[in-house]
Amino acid sequence: MIRALDRKLLRDLWRVRSMALSISAVVAAGIALLVAALTCFDSLETTRDRYYARTRFGDVFATAKRVPWWVAADFATLPGADRVDTRVVAGVTLDIEGVVEPINGRLISLPDSGRPLLNQPELQRGRWPDRERAEEALVSERFAEGHGLEPGDEIFAIINGRRQRLAITGTALSPEYVYSLGGGDLIPDPTRFGILWLTREHLATAYDMEGGFNDISLSLAEDAAPEPAIAELDRLLEPWGGLGAIPRAQQTSHWYLQNELTGLRGMALLLPTIFLGIAAFLLNVVLRRLVSVQREQIAMLKALGYSNLRLGVHYIQWALAVSVLGGAVGIGIGALLSGAMLDLYMDYFRFPELVSRWSGSHIAGALFACGAAAALGAASAVRSVARLPPAEAMRPAPPDTFRVSILERLGLRRWLSQPARMVLRNLSRRPLRAAMSVVGIAFSVSIMVLASASIDSFEELMEVQFNVVQRQDVTVTFVEPEGRAAFFELAALPGVLEVEPQAGVSARLRNGNRSRQVGIQGLVEGARLQRVVGADYRPVRLEREGLVLSRKLADVLDLEPGDTVRVEALQGTRPERDMVVSATVDDLMGVSAYLDPETLRRFLGDTAIVGGAALGIDAAEREAVYAALKAMPVVAGVALQHAMLENFETFVAENMSNTMVINLFFAIVIAFGVIYSTARISLSERSRELASMRVMGFTRREIAVVLFGELGVLTLAAIPVGLGLGYAMLAGMLAAYETELFRMPLVTDPATFVWAAMTVVLAMGLSALFVRRQLDGLDLVEVLKTRE
Amino acid sequence: MRDVTKVYVMGEVEVHALRGITLDFEDGGFTVLLGPSGSGKSTLLNILGGLDTPTDGRVLYRGQDLTRADERALTRYRRRRVGFVFQFYNLIPSLTARENVELVTEISDDPLPAAEALDIVGLSNRADHFPSQMSGGEQQRVAIARAIAKRPDILLCDEPTGALDISTGIQVLEAIARVNVEYGATTAVITHNAAIARIADRVISLADGQIARERFNATRAAASSIEW
Repeated sequence: MIRALDRKLLRDLWRVRSMALSISAVVAAGIALLVAALTCFDSLETTRDRYYARTRFGDVFATAKRVPWWVAADFATLPGADRVDTRVVAGVTLDIEGVVEPINGRLISLPDSGRPLLNQPELQRGRWPDRERAEEALVSERFAEGHGLEPGDEIFAIINGRRQRLAITGTALSPEYVYSLGGGDLIPDPTRFGILWLTREHLATAYDMEGGFNDISLSLAEDAAPEPAIAELDRLLEPWGGLGAIPRAQQTSHWYLQNELTGLRGMALLLPTIFLGIAAFLLNVVLRRLVSVQREQIAMLKALGYSNLRLGVHYIQWALAVSVLGGAVGIGIGALLSGAMLDLYMDYFRFPELVSRWSGSHIAGALFACGAAAALGAASAVRSVARLPPAEAMRPAPPDTFRVSILERLGLRRWLSQPARMVLRNLSRRPLRAAMSVVGIAFSVSIMVLASASIDSFEELMEVQFNVVQRQDVTVTFVEPEGRAAFFELAALPGVLEVEPQAGVSARLRNGNRSRQVGIQGLVEGARLQRVVGADYRPVRLEREGLVLSRKLADVLDLEPGDTVRVEALQGTRPERDMVVSATVDDLMGVSAYLDPETLRRFLGDTAIVGGAALGIDAAEREAVYAALKAMPVVAGVALQHAMLENFETFVAENMSNTMVINLFFAIVIAFGVIYSTARISLSERSRELASMRVMGFTRREIAVVLFGELGVLTLAAIPVGLGLGYAMLAGMLAAYETELFRMPLVTDPATFVWAAMTVVLAMGLSALFVRRQLDGLDLVEVLKTRE
Repeated sequence: MRDVTKVYVMGEVEVHALRGITLDFEDGGFTVLLGPSGSGKSTLLNILGGLDTPTDGRVLYRGQDLTRADERALTRYRRRRVGFVFQFYNLIPSLTARENVELVTEISDDPLPAAEALDIVGLSNRADHFPSQMSGGEQQRVAIARAIAKRPDILLCDEPTGALDISTGIQVLEAIARVNVEYGATTAVITHNAAIARIADRVISLADGQIARERFNATRAAASSIEW
């Protein structure tokens, strides 16, 4: 049987259902984000962990120039080592029938004994290559999809200058390439980067690796730290052109995945907290109003013998009902949203299967969060219920006390009409509530700013990278560092307008016990294509001797201009020298050290240091240039500016439409929830005076101005606060996301601010429309008859 | 008003608040409408003031048919012609006494200065006080000042002393009577208190939605002389 007090609860709720629903919607939005982020996080993490475990993803990775097979025996004694796997890995140019552009490929050897010990590719379609047939290969699944390749199709690889036919026997996925990035890319492009697994014998023959290898993976015993193994491995590989080992945390694919998981965790914490905080505030305002309207009822119930506890529970139930309804809807939306988000993730992160994690603990957590928001929101109302002495409460509440507002005291008073004064005094009477409303609305503005400004920043990063830093059309990487000959060969190709050499060497920089392995780039004074620019987007000037460091690198190594750093080249005779840091530069992508090319050459002992070239080409002769590059034996990789740009634009377009719509929706839910509830409470508190004004002959429009004037002031005040808050949140987010791979510049398109402001104005218009209907239906006679 | 009836439908019950009332009000007259609660006097006042429309019959104000007027026309009628005073004052709590009066003068064509209106009800010295700083009688006198500031043709008072004790009630009635005499507004006061009837020209008793009795006072008693 429903008890009388519960029946009152249901009817009270029903009477203000539209306002209760608008608060539920705010809760639902927060819970939906919480559940979606947690579910995505758990699903991705579980999927990753199981996949890594099953395919034995390595813990330490290293490459060298060429290591003889007998060295591998020493790897077993590396500290903490569990399994060791050695391979031959080579970068190549791929050629597919009907595709004009050269494609970057990576060839990876499969052991003669069958499956690799570590980083095992998993067959998706077709069969494994036959050891007896040299030309057979597995191809990465995404690349096969990107080009419509099927088992039985053929593909050509330029292996050591010879165009070789490879027969595809099947497709595979690898834990090393969950996020499959080609050189220079930020976003995976399935058509531009392919991985091919071939039998070891074939690959070793082609690259002169018989009896040797150039790639080492290591798995560690549980709880073993990677650092000792890395140090020892580097020592072992040094005579063989070791390029420095890295832990799993720095492995590219893993790094991006981890970065995304960290982002999801941040999202699970930040946004739902904001949403539920706002919901708690709204519940607080609504319940306090309800208690003040029901003052006499509460007194009567107390007189009848209901305890403070029972009445307190009654109002907590009110808040819980609103909150839990929102929570239930939010859990449903969160489930759908997590599905959509995971689909989007699966476009960029590739696993053989997705382990969808729908855990009861998320639902429990979500419901607990709802309960906490409700309790927080109901607390002060319940306290005032408990404090209400029954006898006093039977009498009407004293009239509200008002004061002349500060603005008026400053001399504005004479310019204000009576309705304007009413608006100001109402706001200044409850400054905390007004401030909280402003903060609530401001959050919705800031969510909009954050969503679209992060896209602005990403676009700016691309814009700077492609139009200011890398202005070439094509970037060519050589198989080995080359001398002038290769450079002149490129310059002589028909259709090539400009060529700039890319001189560089892999090196380890050490300062005390901090060290990083980076590329030192020779920076040509007055370069036109490949430049290094600072925060002002102007080319950086080099001094003859000094080393210029990316600011991020300087931070990591704890260096400042004027300091000395130990530089150890990882190529050639591996010379070592102290160098002075002459400046730092706020570059956006990667971390590098820059040196005058002549100094660099001398440091390395007059060896060839040109590892690639930047080309400016004639668009009309593009195909001829591509064809020539495909055929050049010295070319290991070709990056195409226009392909990167197109891929980036697709990425932004997909993300824009999804993220923006979701954020727009949530921002409107918040703005509407706050503004509509505020308007309804205002209407409830002020229906009497508004009705009085109607009786005096004020028109509907005129009293609407009084009511909505207050909302207008709150909204207008919230817009600049929200824009500032959004900008600050953006700055915080970008700083948190500042990594050694890329740093997004803090920029915002003015249109972003305009859009954010317009969203809340729209939400205000919507709330006003709803409340206006109730305002027009105000029963003048009824309102005036009852005493407050 | 001619044959005015008003039927409220409350759920499944029809309540006949007025049953065919025909009445004329003379310009400048002072009428008291007497009757117990439920007699229909508030309904009558609301219809006179353009807050409500009758179910049947006609209400004419100087030739204008209020029964055919739309919402907009009724608002204009209230704005220009009618001053209201209610039992519970209905002042705007966020405005001072003077500002409450100015609220009306700002939307009127030819209003009294707010100071003068407050002077008439004897509250010049309380002009800058907020409602929460004033007694009930003072608040009601501000309401009267607010009602008369627009120089209304009609002043309608619904139980103006209902929430007040005798002495403050008398002050309020004095203010109403004075306004009636000095500004010539046609005045109607609703009350269930028969003692008040003595200060009017004309007393109409209502019962069960009909006029039970109508009488004229030869002389109006001073408000200060009445007791209840």
